[in-house]
Formats: sequence, C-alpha cells, structure tokens
Amino acid sequence: MLRYTIRRLLQLLVVVLVLSLLLFAWLRSLPGGPVSALLGERATAETRERLTEELGLNEPIFVQYLKFVGRALTGDFGVSTGVQPGDSAAEIFVQRFPATLELSILAIVIALAVGIPLGYLAARRRGGILDNLSVVSSLIGVAVPVFFLAFLLKQVFAVDLGWFPTAGRQAGGIDATRVTGFFVLDGLLTQEWDAAWDALRHLILPAIALASIPFSVVFRITRASVLDVVDEDYVRTAESKGLTSPVIRRRHVMRNAMLPVVTTIGLQTGALLAGAVLTEKVFAFPGIGQALALGFERRDYPVLLLLILCAAGVFVLINLLVDLSYAVIDPRIRTRGVR
Amino acid sequence: MALLEVRDLSVTFHRRGEKSTVAVDGVSFDVEPGQTVGLVGESGCGKSVTSLAIMGLLAKRGATVSGSAKFDGTELLTLSDRQMRDRRGRDLGMVFQDPLSSLNPVISIGLQVTEVLERHRGLSRKQAAVEAAELLDKVGIPDPKRRLTEYPHQLSGGMRQRALIAIALACRPRLLIADEPTTALDVTIQAQILALLAELVRETETALIMITHDLGVVAGLCDEVNVLYAGRVVERSGRHDLFRVPRHPYTHGLLASIPRLDAPKGERLSPIRGSVADNIPWTGGCAFAPRCPHAVDRCVETTPEMVVDQVVEGDRLLRCHNPVEPAGRAEQEMLS
Repeated sequence: MLRYTIRRLLQLLVVVLVLSLLLFAWLRSLPGGPVSALLGERATAETRERLTEELGLNEPIFVQYLKFVGRALTGDFGVSTGVQPGDSAAEIFVQRFPATLELSILAIVIALAVGIPLGYLAARRRGGILDNLSVVSSLIGVAVPVFFLAFLLKQVFAVDLGWFPTAGRQAGGIDATRVTGFFVLDGLLTQEWDAAWDALRHLILPAIALASIPFSVVFRITRASVLDVVDEDYVRTAESKGLTSPVIRRRHVMRNAMLPVVTTIGLQTGALLAGAVLTEKVFAFPGIGQALALGFERRDYPVLLLLILCAAGVFVLINLLVDLSYAVIDPRIRTRGVR
Repeated sequence: MALLEVRDLSVTFHRRGEKSTVAVDGVSFDVEPGQTVGLVGESGCGKSVTSLAIMGLLAKRGATVSGSAKFDGTELLTLSDRQMRDRRGRDLGMVFQDPLSSLNPVISIGLQVTEVLERHRGLSRKQAAVEAAELLDKVGIPDPKRRLTEYPHQLSGGMRQRALIAIALACRPRLLIADEPTTALDVTIQAQILALLAELVRETETALIMITHDLGVVAGLCDEVNVLYAGRVVERSGRHDLFRVPRHPYTHGLLASIPRLDAPKGERLSPIRGSVADNIPWTGGCAFAPRCPHAVDRCVETTPEMVVDQVVEGDRLLRCHNPVEPAGRAEQEMLS
C-alpha cells in the first residue's frame, strides 16, 4: 500500500511538471497578453517595450520557463499582474483556496447527503412517484447549465426573496477574526457565531448551484447500484438469516452499492472545479474560480499558471485518496495477491 | 404431526403487460423431524420457488403464494414480515446454490457468521466470535480463527460452501433447506459437502429438504423423494423403491438418461425429448404428455390426479394414467 501511494505521488509530480510546461507555452500563445491588458490599446511602443522587459517577457520562452521553475522551487511563483496586481501569486492562492475548498466541500456534502438516500429510496420504490420525480429532477440537474442555475437561485432567493446574501463570503459589517481562512470554521473556532452563520449563508446558494451536477451523478449511480445489489444472492442470504432490515440495508446493500459511488466522487472533483469558475463569478465569490476567470480576462500568467497547476494537483490527489479509500472499503482490492 | 406440512402450495408470478406464470401448482409434502426429503426435477420445475416460498423469501411484489406451509403447527405463509424474520435463521436455515455469490464480498466471513448469532441468540460480538470459530471447525474448515478474519474471495469454493452451511446451522434450526448446494462445486468437493450435510443433519436431528436435479445426490442422502414436473409432484416414494422401480415415465426417463459406466460401448444416451414448457399446462391433460413415450389418448384429455400406486409395494404416490410397468420377474431373471 505504501509503495503504491509513493508511486502515485511520483506520478503526481510528473503530471504537474508536464502540465506546467504545456501551460507555460499555451498561456503565452493566447492572443493579447499582460502588457496590452495592463496598458490598453493606446499605449506607446516605448512603454510597451519597457513593461515587457520589466515582466521578463522579452526573453526566449524556454529561458522564461527555466527561470520560472528555478523560482518556483524556492516558493516564488511570480507576481500577479491582473487579478490583484502587486500581490504574489502564492499569496493569492493562499487567500482564495480556502474559499473554494469550503464551497466545494459544502457542495459535495449536499450532493452526497441528498443523492445517496434519495438514490436508495428511488431504487427501493422503483417506478413509484418518488422514483420518477427524482429521476426527472436529476436529469434537469445535469441538463441545466450551472451558471444558469446559479443566476436563477440568486435572482429568486437572494434578490427577490432576500433570504440569502447576493454576493461575497462575508457581510461587510461583521468583524471576524481570521484563523484558517475557512470562514465558517473560523467563526466556530473563535466562537463568533454570527460570523460563522453569516459565512454559511453566503455559501448556501453557490453550493447548491455547484452541487447540481454531482448530485445528479451520485443519485443516478446510487439508484442503479442499489437496483443491482438488491438482486444479489448475498442479500438473499442475509434475508435468509432473518437479519433486521436496517442491518441488511446498511451492511449488505449499501456497503456494496457504495463502491461505484465512491469512484465517481473522485471524477466529480473535476466537474466541481469547472463549475466553481462559473458559480463563483455569478456570486462574486472570492475563490479560485473567480480568480481564474479574472486571470484569463487580464492575461495574468503567474496567477493562471499557479492556480491551474494547483487545480490539477488537487484533482490528482483526490483521485488518489479515492483509490486508496476504495482499497479500504473493498477487501477484494486490499488483499489481492495475498492468498 | 410432521415438522413441516406443505399443503397445496402454489406460487404465481405476475408481470405487468405479461400473462402471469404459475411456477408452483399445488405442491404438498411432509417433512418429519430428522428426515431428509428430496425435491427433484429439471430447471424450471418449481423446486427452488417452493423452497423460497416456504422461507418467505419471494419478492412481495409480483408473486402470489397460496396454500399452506405449517411449521410445527404454525402457518408460515400468513406470518408478518417481522415474525418471519424472527424465524428465518433461527428455526429455518437455508443453504444456497452458488457459494461465492451467496456470501457478501465486502465483509469478513467472521461477521457473516456472528451476525446471525447476535441476531437470534443475543450473543455479544465476542461470544459470537468464539462460537463462530467452533462452528467453522465443526464444518471442517481448518484454522477457523484465521478464516474468520478473511473474506469470501480468499476461500476456495468448498470452504465457502462449508462457511454457508455453518451460517445456516449456527442457531441450530430444526429445518434446513439446501437448494442445490453442490451444483457449483467440483465432484470431489460435492461428495465431501454431501457427507458433511448428512453427518450434521444426523447429529443435530435437523430435518433437511434437499433440492436438486442430481439423482446421485438423492440416492446418497434422501429418505424420501418428491419428483417435480412443471410445478407439481408427479411421483413420491422412498428412495430405494424409487430407484428400483420408477413408475412415472418422467422419473423413468430421468433415471434412464444418467450415463452409465457399465453400459455397452457405443450405446447412446437416452434423453427425455423436448424441454419443460414455460407456462404450466396442467389444465386439460398431463403436462408431461407432449414429451412422454407412454402417452395415451387419456393423457391429453384429463389431468391425472395424485393417487396411491396399487402395483408396487410401499407408500408410493403417482400422478400418471399410464405408468411404466415394473419389469416382470421373468424379464429381470433374463437380464441377470
């Protein structure tokens, strides 16, 4: 298991390295560039040249890349030119990453907390009203674009009804102490309940929008998986032992039905990151997604590079965790070759 | 009074948009304490469905069960779901056909044995683990303590079936139903498992219903045999009588179709023609008639009833208008 983990971590290193090279070249091939973004169309050739030199963009691309790698090894990923000009890219990442993580965790929790029980119930009452309703709603969940759902939620529940705040992570009037950068957690740790509650209220609508796709996937896989498992011989064996329904459901049905669901959670992280860009933009939520969108508009190479690399790293890491947890919950993988 | 009295048991499956299918059509038999009763027949004759109906394991939706199955005087078919759960695993045990798919792949053998002890005998997990090790030892699994921590995929097929038998017998049920317990196993293992079942059943005086299509199993194990065809019992007899003098043409065909090592070289197997029909055609004639070499006009006109056979000695029940004549004394002498 340890060797496997180490091998996968080395793979992660390779992924990040190769991706950094590709990204480096690709970002610079985008039309426009940080210079035009910063100075606008009407800047003189002279000022353009000076800024190009200042940013080090006049050098050959591989020299730029090697310099970047050299600095990155010391933790210096360059200075933002567009998102928060003057701040270091690393600083922006540290500031914004907790926000996106907080949002994504809440979204995945919503997706699992609703998707799994609903998937189970729909499967057990196959063909019933609940089943049909939830199948349709999960279809809608995948079919409706995330940004549209985000706009809709914002319009109805924040603007029209006023139940939730429309934007940001924390209301202006609240003086909250920062510990971890996770606002809800901070509020709980410092016992500033109003701050925690306010931060949570800011999270709910974007998290629901973000959860729509993972929910639909989790729901459908759970439903299909439960339908398969309840017809398995070992469930009949469990019934023949006279076990109570909760034990059969938990130990014999769900334990097995969850295997495919766990796999999807890893793959859903990708969708979550993609969805975060759109959702954060709609709710002006200061996370990675918003910084990415802004970074592209303003051709902020250092910020884009770091954030995309980190997103890829997180994706690979989570899938590693999922694979490892798979081995924990499925003994057939854990003990393969032992016999 | 018999331990289990099955009377006129019928099971009908319904499917939306399809004609309902009668899988079991008025089956009756008794099982005495300590007795081993065989239900024999080819695939689709209703033998497994009969056992699932007795166990209350048929899906609630889509299956109608009628008739009666009395266990020690209690009608099982009308018990509530909860009452039936209390009985299953405690009074009634069941061993299934495919030991790999019948064990939960993601939980340990230990838990699969102890959970039934915890449920019905109120043992703590620790006590149950001790008992489980004893049970595995009793069914012939070596190194039982280690096996308890292992998972089904780490055991061989024979070991898995032994584990399933241990589970079924954990609470010392008075009735054990074994549904083709050896079909998925190697021949040598089959013999071991059958010997084990026979031994355990004798030791604990458990009544056993043995469901099989394998007449060899019947010959080795059963006291009494019910031959099923298309959802009905067509012949019932003690095992020795049945093998010596099969009366129903179907039973006769089953016995005749077994390949024999002492048959002359080049002799062809004698199969039963055709295959069992999907829907039970016991209305207006004998269901076996289309495949029966002995069929006469009456067979397709009136449905034969189950009657005591007057020709052979012993308690033989038979559902046939034109049974196979027992080989005459002269003929037997000629053969020998």
